[in-house]
Amino acid sequence: MPEQTPLYDAHVALGARIVDFGGWNMPVNYGSQIEEHHAVRNDAGMFDVSHMTVVDLRGAAVRPFLSRLLANDVGKLREPGKALYSCMLHHDGGVIDDLIVYYLAEDWFRMVVNAATREKDLAWIRAQASADGPTLSERDDLAMIAVQGPNARQKAAGVLPPEQAAAALALKPFSAAGIGELFIARTGYTGEDGWEIMLPAAAATAFWGRLKQAGIHPCGLGARDTLRLEAGMNLYGNDMDESTTPLESALSWTVAFEPQDRDFIGRAALEKQQAEGVARKLVGLLLEGKGVLRAHQKVICAAGDGETTSGSFSPTLGRSIGMARVPAGCGGECEVEIRGRVVPAKAGKTAFVRNGKAVV
Amino acid sequence: MSDIPADLKYSSDHEWVRMQDDGSAVIGITDHAQGALGDLVFIEAPEAGSIFASGDAFGVVESVKAASDVLCPFGGEVLEVNSALDDTPELVNTDPYGDGWLIRMQPGDAAELDGLMDAAAYEQFLEKEA
Repeated sequence: MPEQTPLYDAHVALGARIVDFGGWNMPVNYGSQIEEHHAVRNDAGMFDVSHMTVVDLRGAAVRPFLSRLLANDVGKLREPGKALYSCMLHHDGGVIDDLIVYYLAEDWFRMVVNAATREKDLAWIRAQASADGPTLSERDDLAMIAVQGPNARQKAAGVLPPEQAAAALALKPFSAAGIGELFIARTGYTGEDGWEIMLPAAAATAFWGRLKQAGIHPCGLGARDTLRLEAGMNLYGNDMDESTTPLESALSWTVAFEPQDRDFIGRAALEKQQAEGVARKLVGLLLEGKGVLRAHQKVICAAGDGETTSGSFSPTLGRSIGMARVPAGCGGECEVEIRGRVVPAKAGKTAFVRNGKAVV
Repeated sequence: MSDIPADLKYSSDHEWVRMQDDGSAVIGITDHAQGALGDLVFIEAPEAGSIFASGDAFGVVESVKAASDVLCPFGGEVLEVNSALDDTPELVNTDPYGDGWLIRMQPGDAAELDGLMDAAAYEQFLEKEA
C-alpha cells in the first residue's frame, strides 16, 4: 500500500488524478497538467512535496561531518538559514542522491533528500557517522508545500500574519528561516521564484486551503516535471544515478574542489576522472522535428551515440525538450530515434526557461 | 464519471467506433482514455490508403506524460485522417467524440465489428478495470 501525505484527502477532494510515485500516492494533476504548468510560469502554483524526506542532523561535529559527506562545501554556509544544493557521492564518484542542506545553527543542519531514495540515503549517512558524530532525526512530523511562480510569494504572504509575512518576504534567494510554526525557504524546483514551506503535518490541510483561497493554483507532479525540465534541473534516477558522476551530469558547478584539503567522499574518483578526461556529458535537447522526446531514446551525434535521460513536451516553448547523456564531443545538430523514426534535434545547455522567459 | 455516448461501439483498448451510412467507420479514443492520458501534445497518424489488420497499431497519441499506441478495432483501409490534429491535438481532450476523431476506415470484414462493446458493456468494462 503506497504511503499518503497529510494532504491526500485534500487532493482527492480537488479531483486529483492520483498515481503511485516512489511509494507515495501523489497527485499527478488536478485536470490539465499544461494549465498547471502555465499557472506557475505566469502566476502562482502550489505543490504538495510532503513525500520528500526531511532529516535534521544535530551535534557539535555536524559541520565537519557534512564537509566530508557532501560534494559541495558546507563551508560556504556562513549565515544561519543559508541553503546549499549538493550531491552525496559514493567513493567511486557515483551519485547516491542530490539534496538541499540548510545551515540553521552550528549544531543543527537540515537536509531534504528525495523520497524514492530515502532508505538508502539514511543508511549511507548513518554508516558514515562515527559514534561521536551527529544524531539524525527524520522529520516525518512535517508536511511541505512548495509555492512557485512570479506571484507566489506575494499571494502566500497574504495568508500570514503581518509580522510573519514581512519576515518571509525579506528572505533572500536560497535562504530560509523559522517563522512562527513555519519553516520557509526561498527555494524551489521550477525555475521560478517562490518558497518551500515546511509546517506541522496537522496544520497542512488548513494552510493548503488558505493558499488556495489566496488564488494559488494546486499543481501536480506532472507539471512539476515539465517545469523542472524546462528549468534544466536534473531529476535523480533519470538524469543521474549511482552509475554517473556529477561531472557527467552537468553538475560540475555543485562540486567544490576548493579548498584543496577538504577530503569529501568521492573526491579522489572525481579528480581521477577529471585528469583522464570526462568522456560523457549531460546536454539539453531541443527537438526540431515532430514528436516527443522521452527517456531512453537513442541520440545520434557525429561524436558517437548517446541516450536521452528525460524528455517531455515543453508547454512554454510549445515543442519537445529533453536531456541526454552523450559523448563529450557532441554539440549542436544531432538526431534522436523516436520509435523507429529519426528526428533532428539540437544539443546545448540544459536550461530552456528561467523566470517565465525562454532562454533558447 | 466519463462520458460514454449511447450510439457508439467501443473496444477494450478504449477506442470508439461510429458507423457511417456508407459502411465506413470513424474511430477515436474515448473520454476515459483522453482523461487517463492527460493533455495531448502530438498525434502520429497513418497515411490515407494504409491497410491494417485488427489489433495493429495505426497511430500514436502522445500526452505530456506518455506515448500510447492506438490499435485498430477491426481490419481495413484508412480512408481519411483528421488533419486538424496536426496543429491542435488538444481537440482529442476537449471533444473526444467530435472534432477530436482520429481516422475513418473502410472495414475489410464487417463481422469484426460484432466483437465491439455497446455503451452499457463499455461502462461495465470501465467499472471492472477501475
